[in-house]
Amino acid sequence: MLALQILIDGFAISTLYALGALGFTLIFGVSGVLNLAHGGLLVVAAMIAWYVGTSLGYGADWGALAGLGAAIGAALLTYGGVVRPIERSRAIPPRERELFVLTATLLWGVMIQEALAYAFTDSPVTVQPLIGGTIGILGVRTPINELLIAIIAWAVMGCLWLLVNRTKIGKRLLAASINPRALTLLGFELGTIYLTVWLIYGVLAGIAGVLLGSFLGTGSDYIPDLTGSAFTIVVLGGLGSVSGTLMAAYVVGYIETLTAYLISPSLRDVPALFLLIIVLYVRPQGLLGRR
Amino acid sequence: MSRKLCTVLLAGAASLVVATAVAQAAKPLVIGITTELGTIPGKAIANGATLAADQINASGGVDGRQIKLIIEDDHLSTTDAIRSFQRMVKQDHAVAVVGTFVSEVALALEPWAARLHEPYMITGAAANELSEYVHADYKARQYIFHAYLPAADLARAVCDASKQTLVDQFHMTTAVVMSEDAAWTKPLDAGYDKCLPTAGLKVLDNIRFAPNTTDFTPIYQKIEALHPNVIIDGWAHVGVQPTVQWAEQKVPIAMAGINAQAGSSVFWKATNGATEGVITGNTSAPGVAITPKTLPFTDAYQKKFGISPAYSAYSTYDAIYALKDAIERAKSTKPLPVVDQLAKTDMVGTQGQIAFEGPSDKFTHALKYGPKYVTGVAVQWQKGEQKCIWPLNLANAKPAFPSFVKLPAKS
Repeated sequence: MLALQILIDGFAISTLYALGALGFTLIFGVSGVLNLAHGGLLVVAAMIAWYVGTSLGYGADWGALAGLGAAIGAALLTYGGVVRPIERSRAIPPRERELFVLTATLLWGVMIQEALAYAFTDSPVTVQPLIGGTIGILGVRTPINELLIAIIAWAVMGCLWLLVNRTKIGKRLLAASINPRALTLLGFELGTIYLTVWLIYGVLAGIAGVLLGSFLGTGSDYIPDLTGSAFTIVVLGGLGSVSGTLMAAYVVGYIETLTAYLISPSLRDVPALFLLIIVLYVRPQGLLGRR
Repeated sequence: MSRKLCTVLLAGAASLVVATAVAQAAKPLVIGITTELGTIPGKAIANGATLAADQINASGGVDGRQIKLIIEDDHLSTTDAIRSFQRMVKQDHAVAVVGTFVSEVALALEPWAARLHEPYMITGAAANELSEYVHADYKARQYIFHAYLPAADLARAVCDASKQTLVDQFHMTTAVVMSEDAAWTKPLDAGYDKCLPTAGLKVLDNIRFAPNTTDFTPIYQKIEALHPNVIIDGWAHVGVQPTVQWAEQKVPIAMAGINAQAGSSVFWKATNGATEGVITGNTSAPGVAITPKTLPFTDAYQKKFGISPAYSAYSTYDAIYALKDAIERAKSTKPLPVVDQLAKTDMVGTQGQIAFEGPSDKFTHALKYGPKYVTGVAVQWQKGEQKCIWPLNLANAKPAFPSFVKLPAKS
C-alpha cells in the first residue's frame, strides 16, 4: 500500500517537475540562454490564472487560458525586452554576453517577483483545479486533478517531441541548437527561429505554471524555489538535453518522495542535492548532457 | 535703560517662552511602526496603527499633540528591523515602537529596546520567549510589552475551544499535532502536548515540517494511518497549500488549531473554497462583539481599507490606544513614566479587557489570558463565511464538517 502510494505520488510530482523544467532546458538548448527568470514566468501564469479564474470569478477554464496568455506575453517580453537587446548590443563584448544575459534574467526575475508581491501581496494562493474530486486507484485515494496534470503534462511533452522530430520548424530548432552559424549560412533567419522557440517556451511555461499552481499553490515567494528546482533538474539531466531533463525530473521526484515517506517530510530536498553534487563530480555534463 | 524698554523686552521674552511652549505642545508625537508590508498580518499592523492614529488625531490627539506614524518595512529581516528601530529612536525620536508579527524579528529587537530605553510593543508575534525575556531581567527590560498572547496561551485557547466543541459536542478523543517548524510553534506544541490530554484529546503524534514544504501528501498519509479524530495545527507561514491538499485529497480527519492565514477574509478565495470546515483560533470573527469596541473597529477598518482586519490589526489598534492612555496618565513622554503607566493598563480593547502580566508572572508584560481578559475566538469557515463557534456565549454557529471528514460514531 505504501509502495503504491509512493509510486503514484512520486509520479505526479516528477511529472510536474519535468514539465516545469522542460521549457528551461529547451530555451538553453536552442538559444543558449539560461533564463533565471524562469520561476517568474511560471508564477505570472499561475497568478493570472488565479486572478481571472477565482478573484474575478470567470472559472477555471478561462483562468487557465488567461494564465497561458500571460505566460506567452511574459516570455516574449523577456526575449524582446531583456535578452535580445543584450545580444544585439555592441557595447558588450561577445564572449561576455552569456554572463550579461544570465545577470539580466536574474534581475528580471527579481523585478517580476517584486511586481507580483506589490500587485497581489506575497500571500500564496491556489489556482482552481480543472476537475475536482478524487478516485481510488487500487485503494489509494488520488485527486483527479493529479491524474489530469500527469495526462496533460505527458500530452504536452509528446507534442513537443513530435514538433522537434517530425516538423520542419522542429528541424530548424534542432539545427539552431547544434550549429547556429551553419543555419545562418543556409539562409535561415536566426531571429525568427529564436522568436519561435521563445513562443513555444511561453506556452510550456504557461501550462506548467497553471498546473503547478493548482497542485502546489503559487505566490511571488515561490519564484526563487521554482527557478532553483528547474535549474537543479536541468543541470542533473544535462544542460539542453530534453530527455536528460525528463530522466532527472523522475529521479529527483522519486528520491524526494521516498525521503518524505520513509525518512522525514522536512528532509525531502536534501538527498537530491547530494546526488547533484555527486553527478557534478563524476559526470559534470549531467546524465545525458553533451556540453 | 528706560522702564518702557524694559517692559517691552520682558513682554517679548515672555511671549517667546509661551510660543516655544505652544510649539512644543503642537509638535507631533512620533510612533514608529516596524512591520513587513507584503504579507497579510504585516500589512494589518500598519493598517491597525493608521486607523487608531487617525481616530485619535481626529478627536484632538494625545494631550493636544497629533500622532505621527513612521511606518517602515523590515522585509522580514532582523538586520533591516534593527537598523530601522535604531533610526526611529535616534533620528525620529519616536516615543515608542510598535509592531512585527515575526517572533524571530521581535526577539532581535528586544535587546535594542532594553539598551535604548525605548518602549516597544510587540503586536502579532507569539513566542513565549518574548515575555520570558522581560521576566528574566525586569529592571533592564521593562520597556518591552508583548501586546499579544504568548504561544502557551494560544495553545490554552485551542485546548479550551477543542474541549467545548470537538470533545463535548462531537465526542472526539484523539488528535495529531501538525506544526510548521518555527520559533513560535515550539512553545505552542509544548502547550498542546500538555493541555490537549487534559481537554480529552489524546495526542497520537506530533509532526513538525519545514515551512517550505510544498507536497503534504506524505504527511497526511502518515497521519491518516494513525486514525486520529482531528488534526491540531500550528501554521502561520504556511496555510494555503496544506489546506488545499487536505480538501483535494479528502483527508477524512477534522482540521482545527491555529491556521493563521485562514483567519483572513481573503482565505476563501486564495484556497478556492478548500477551507470549508477548517477551524482556526483567531482574535475575532465577523459580526461578533467581544466588547463594545470590537464592531465599531471592524466596521471602520473595513470602510477604510476594503478588507476585514487580520488578528494583528486588533492587537496593534489596542496597543496604540493603550499607549495614548499611558502617555496621558503619565503626563510625560519619557520612557520610564510611560512604561509605568503602560504596566497599569486596564482598558476595554477590541480583543477583550486589555491588561498586562506583572513582573512576577513568567510571561511578564504579555497580555493577560482568560475569560475576563482576552481569549480570542475559534472560527470555522462555513459556506464562504467565518462563523464563530467558541466561546459558546459568543458563538453564532454550530461546528459542521465537510462530508469527507469521518466523525466519531457517537456524534
